[in-house]
This record gives sequence, C-alpha cells and structure tokens, in this order.
Amino acid sequence: MYTVADLKKGLKITLDGDPYLVVAFDFVKPGKGQALYRTKMRNMINGTLLDRTYRSGETFEPASLEERTMEYLYKEGNHYTFMDQQTYEQVVMEEETLGDAKNYLLENLKVEVMLFGEKAIGISLPNFVNLRVTGTEQWAKGDTSGNDSKPATVETGYVLRVPPFIDEGELIVIDTRTGEYSTRVKG
Amino acid sequence: MKRDALWLRANVIKTVRDFFWERGFLEVETPLLIPANAPEEHINPVTTLPSWQLQTSPEICMKRLLCSGHQRLFQISRCWRSDERGSRHLSEFTMLEWYRAGCDYQTLMTDCEELLQHVAAVCLPDSRCFVHNSAKINPFAPWRRISVQEAFLRFGNIDVRDCLRKGLYEEILTSVVEPALAGFDSPVILMDYPSELAALARTKPGNRDLAERFELYVGGFELANGFSELNDPLEQRRRFEDVNRARRDGGKSVLPLPEPFLTSLATLPASAGIALGIDRLVMLTAGVDTIDEVVAFTPEDL
Repeated sequence: MYTVADLKKGLKITLDGDPYLVVAFDFVKPGKGQALYRTKMRNMINGTLLDRTYRSGETFEPASLEERTMEYLYKEGNHYTFMDQQTYEQVVMEEETLGDAKNYLLENLKVEVMLFGEKAIGISLPNFVNLRVTGTEQWAKGDTSGNDSKPATVETGYVLRVPPFIDEGELIVIDTRTGEYSTRVKG
Repeated sequence: MKRDALWLRANVIKTVRDFFWERGFLEVETPLLIPANAPEEHINPVTTLPSWQLQTSPEICMKRLLCSGHQRLFQISRCWRSDERGSRHLSEFTMLEWYRAGCDYQTLMTDCEELLQHVAAVCLPDSRCFVHNSAKINPFAPWRRISVQEAFLRFGNIDVRDCLRKGLYEEILTSVVEPALAGFDSPVILMDYPSELAALARTKPGNRDLAERFELYVGGFELANGFSELNDPLEQRRRFEDVNRARRDGGKSVLPLPEPFLTSLATLPASAGIALGIDRLVMLTAGVDTIDEVVAFTPEDL
C-alpha cells in the first residue's frame, strides 16, 4: 500500500483496476492550508492520460507488474503469442498493445514481457535487432541523383529507409528505439 | 547556473538583512530546537530528541521577545516541516520573519512594498522586476489589495465560506484564485481571511468571522503570510485546542501546547508579524520556477 508521501514520477499504481504510471507530480500547499498532491498519470494499457489530485491520508494499491523474458512464437490474425522458455507458459498480445514493437518481432526473438497480474500489457525489446532485407531497389551505379537513402522492406514486413548500397538479402541492424537503420551486418 | 544562483541567493539575503538593519530592526537568533511549536492543523513538525521539535517557524520565541519589550525584530532562520516536498517546497527551508510592536497588519503591507522594491533595486539593477513563470512582476507599479472573499467571488464566482464548508478551499485557491493573481503585473495582497484560517491572528474589530491576516502574492506565487497578532491567552488556548481536535479527527498526532508562550501572551503589546520564504524570494529574483535551483543541496542530493 502506498500513501501520498510515496507519490513521485515513475511510481506505478493500480487505479480502477488498471495499472497507471505517474508521469508528473507536484506537491501544492497553500499557506496554512491542506496539502494537495497533483499527479498526471498514464494508463499503462491504453496510454490515456489522467489528471488526479489527492490529499493527505489517501492510499494507493501498487500495480503488481512483473517483467519476464519470453520468446516470440508466432502471429495469428492480429494476435501475437509469446512463451516463457522456463515454464512454457504462453501469453497473447494484440497488435494494438504492441505498438511499434511489432515491426521487429521475428520468431524466436527474446523480449521482456510486462505482465499486470495475468495480463501481458507490453514488451521491451533489445535496443538493436538484426533483420534481413527482403525487398529493395537495386542501387544504380553512378546514380548522381543525390538521394542518400531508399526504402527497404525487412523480413517482418517493416519498411524503413536504408543507405543506397544495401542490397536484397543483406542483414541490417535496426535501432528499435528510433526505428531507424543503424548499420550493416558484415558477413 | 547553480553557481550564479548561489551568488544571487547570498546577495538577496545580504540585501534583506541590510534593509532591516537600516530601519532599526534588531536581528535575533532564537533556538531552532524547541519543546513545542504553535500547533497548526496542516503543519507537521519534525520531532527530535525524546519529544522536542525543530521549529516550523520562529514565531513563538519572536513574540516572547516582543513581550519583553523589543519593538522591532527580525530573523532569518531555518525551519522544518515534515513531508513537504514539491517544486516550491522543501522540508528544510529558510524563512525571514519580522515583527513590529505598536502597529497592525497594514504597516506590514507597507514594509512588504518597501522590502520588495529594495531587493529588486539592489539585486536586479537593470530590470528592477521579478520573474515568475516567465512573467515580469514590477514591485514599483501600484500594488493591489484584494480581500479573500472578493477574490473568490470575482475569480471563482463562489463564496469562500461555501468552499470551506465543502472542503474545496485549497482546490479553488490553487486552481482558480492563484492563477488569476498571476495575471497582475505587480504584487498582490490577499487580505482578511476567514478567522478559522488564522489560528494566531487577531480578528477584525467588530467582525469575529474575519482575521487581520494577509498573504503576499508575486505573479500568483505565494511569498509571505502576515497578520496582526492575537494577544488574548484564553482565546489563543481555545484556538490551539480546536486545532488539536481537528488534528485528532483527521487522524493526525495531537501536538503539545507551548505553555510559556501562552502565559506570556497576556503581556504581548498590540503588534504584527510576518513570515516570508527566502528561497521563494530568491526564485523570483533569479526568475526560476523550482526551489531546487536556488539551494546548494536538495534532500535528494544528500
């Protein structure tokens, strides 16, 4: 159980059955008056923002969140299945919950799955993933058009901009934090 | 950046000290560790030793010095209030308090005008203006004085008594009234508080519902709280007991009463006193919006 004295940026609490992350917090106390604890919170499932003001004496349930290393197995429709290699327990997440993370999911990729109780509410990826280019236009030698990048599709279906010298079939490194091309895997 | 702020802080404190010395105020140091503060419903002292407390304000000892015949006093000292930490609050902070015998809160309002003009002229020689939330506040422009009742009606279209009854006073004050006060380009004095919000202040002659208490706002930012002193020991004891009753009902600890202070109140001359947050005055002078930027260390740094 948390009290208002525990409130700070980064605290995770349960509110109306959902996990919330405190993204902004301030302590306000008018002269000789009662203290107010102003918070802005983000719903960790659907991302909506909420403003709430609390007073001394109010309490909160911590959000019981757990991160577990799991392996991505497969996609069916817009459902993505992950499995804990230790317990063989499987969880399913919708495309919407995964957000941009879906762009980097290749079978057998190890990710950190965030669990709220039994429910998987998000994943954290490695900062860099290697993906093979499955489609891109050939770079015409002597092209002086000045374009320093071109579109390429990788094996997950994700499309990004890569330097002109990248060919189909090459393995590239993508920064999952920005979604951008990072470097080519020499092989 | 922090280095500049610390130089400015030192300059503000020196300037404040010079201001009171030039006006014949006696600078005093009173004990920081005391057996009892004046109990307040919403201020929790830091308890040390077996049962003593760090001062939440130097008021108890300063008023006892008035009782012993001093006419004009000031002190710049550390105060402690448990569990107060925010962008404008530190549990340990620096307070300026000054007291005058033989006058009421009106004289303190004039002191505030002269003090802020002096600090602006000395510490901000070019702009001569304070800054809060990027807005300039000119202490040399005419100041506004607004009663609490009028402010709640004008800015919130609500009766302050209704707010108190419904437990909305702090909410309306901080989310409606204070933002409206930020719209003034000179400091504003909010005055004549409902008497239940002024446990140590004298009530207005002929109106026991209103206290001679005021708050100084600069750019909507609360800087100082002053009042005409209550000097009726029986009335003061009754109010302290009310405070402790409210604390007990609210699940807070009941606080010890400062007995020697209550005894001495019978000899307190007509007087007035005020507390001004030095850290906040430095914030306004530096034009920064968090208290962290004007202190050498925050608790989190330690």
